[in-house]
Amino acid sequence: MADITNELLIQRLQEKFGDQVFDIQEPYGLVTVTTTRENIIPMLQALYDDEVLQMQFLTTMCGIHYPDNKGQELGVIYHVHSLVNNIRLRIKIFFPEDDAVLPTATNLYATANWMERETWDFYGIRFEGHPNLIRILNVEEMEVFPMRKEFPLEDQTREDKINTFFGR
Amino acid sequence: MELAKQTTEINTTDTFIQELTTLNLGPTHPATHGIFQNILQMDGEKIVSGVPTIGYIHRAFEKIAERRNFYQITPLTDRMNYCSSPINNMGWWMTVEKLLGVTVPKRAEYIRVIVMELARIADHLICNSILGVDTGAFSGFLYVFQEREKIYDIYEEICGARLTTNMGRVGGMERDLSPSAIQKIKDFLRDFPKVMQEFETMFNRNRIFIDRVEGVGPITAERALNYGFTGPNLRAAGVDYDVRVMNPYSSYQDFDFEIPVGTKGDTYDRFMVRNEEIWQSLRIVQQAIDNLPEGPFHADAPEFYLPPKQEVYRNMEALIYHFKIVMGEIDAPAGEVYHSVEGGNGELGFYLVSDGGRTPYRLHFRRPCFIYYQAYPEMVVGSQLSDAIVTLSSMNVIAGELDA
Repeated sequence: MADITNELLIQRLQEKFGDQVFDIQEPYGLVTVTTTRENIIPMLQALYDDEVLQMQFLTTMCGIHYPDNKGQELGVIYHVHSLVNNIRLRIKIFFPEDDAVLPTATNLYATANWMERETWDFYGIRFEGHPNLIRILNVEEMEVFPMRKEFPLEDQTREDKINTFFGR
Repeated sequence: MELAKQTTEINTTDTFIQELTTLNLGPTHPATHGIFQNILQMDGEKIVSGVPTIGYIHRAFEKIAERRNFYQITPLTDRMNYCSSPINNMGWWMTVEKLLGVTVPKRAEYIRVIVMELARIADHLICNSILGVDTGAFSGFLYVFQEREKIYDIYEEICGARLTTNMGRVGGMERDLSPSAIQKIKDFLRDFPKVMQEFETMFNRNRIFIDRVEGVGPITAERALNYGFTGPNLRAAGVDYDVRVMNPYSSYQDFDFEIPVGTKGDTYDRFMVRNEEIWQSLRIVQQAIDNLPEGPFHADAPEFYLPPKQEVYRNMEALIYHFKIVMGEIDAPAGEVYHSVEGGNGELGFYLVSDGGRTPYRLHFRRPCFIYYQAYPEMVVGSQLSDAIVTLSSMNVIAGELDA
């Protein structure tokens, strides 16, 4: 245990995926790489099958929205963990807002089912091949994807509201 | 809901038609201890399939957090797993400290360990005693709830609140352990083991209880890992993964404790693992209170730690810092950090992306309940309705954590 260092992990990723793995960083000791959406499932599969790394635990995944990054507005961030070697890896992918479609990871991880539904629910990222991609926490009738940045929370100091309507 | 209306026909012959019954278990069923809906297809008493619906108490914490200062996010974490809110609070503070690079003094870390382990005891007590209620044994529940009240008294002594504690600050605790808090912890350590022993005597070898829970709602280690199980539910299936040991935080490496594991991952194993964890938590609290180091109870981080009120009135610097912190004029560094703690139900993770402002750019909570509750249909299919209730209860699904 604990023989796998961050350098070795990066090296193995680069051996397999070459320049498809880019923007390699280690913020606060956690290896963070970016890849493309064509490579995300092969990469998760390779990490899962790798006899040395054995990254077989999907800790969490979540969406993120950068409206100012034109052409790469939306992103999904995966955190995978090797319970055998106790090393974590963060994989990011970014893609345009008007083409928010990703392959599903549910064939690899049963736990990805609800995580992907949550990401769809809040960011409108469609996962192709998902068995049951419907909203999970919000009501089914909702038409927007509320975690996107174009829906800011109400400003606490705004003055254009009539107080009697809000009971204050 | 189309599913709720449909009745599926199977095994149709000319003479005999077998129909399935649709049963809406929940959303407000008294036996589910929270607002969960499960649409079950029943063949008599046997469950054929189940579809859980969640989100009834979704409060958009991740969205709200994007407009909140760091110190205003602790009240949100309180309301996730409200059975053990101090663990959520401390997990959040540790995430912020990791981002800011604040080193917490030893005494503060030990105090945190004490409250986190007390919270774990309270959390497991609720889960196990409610399991007793669901199997028809009410007295154990009332008996240990008296002890849970004592844990809440200790919280009250430390931070002033009982359920949603909002405990701690960036870099440590908001105040030191008072002599009466230490006395209450010591009294608890003295009195609780006898109560716990009686509770165990009532259940552990009880024929009626074992008949009711053994082999109910099992899950194998492989499936549990694939479903992202963590915490007592994963350990009951035989995997010894515990964040406190794998990635020690808050000086957990200083303490001597064991990680109990089960073998079959059924309801009985989950019950026994939680019971044993209560004993181990008691050991940790005992060690922490015996070896409580002297020294400050918070880090020297004036930019993030509110100065004492007396200082604010007399000292210029303290006044400036007080103003800057309250008005949110101090920016956090840009960066991203993932930190996880062993919550009552498993790995409670905080993924914080900061763009350099006073609020998080994105905050994602890894909520163990949300992740493992999706395995529930698979665990109950083929069993009887009453077993489904027991399984739900032993998984300790907390609605607040499930829906965020």
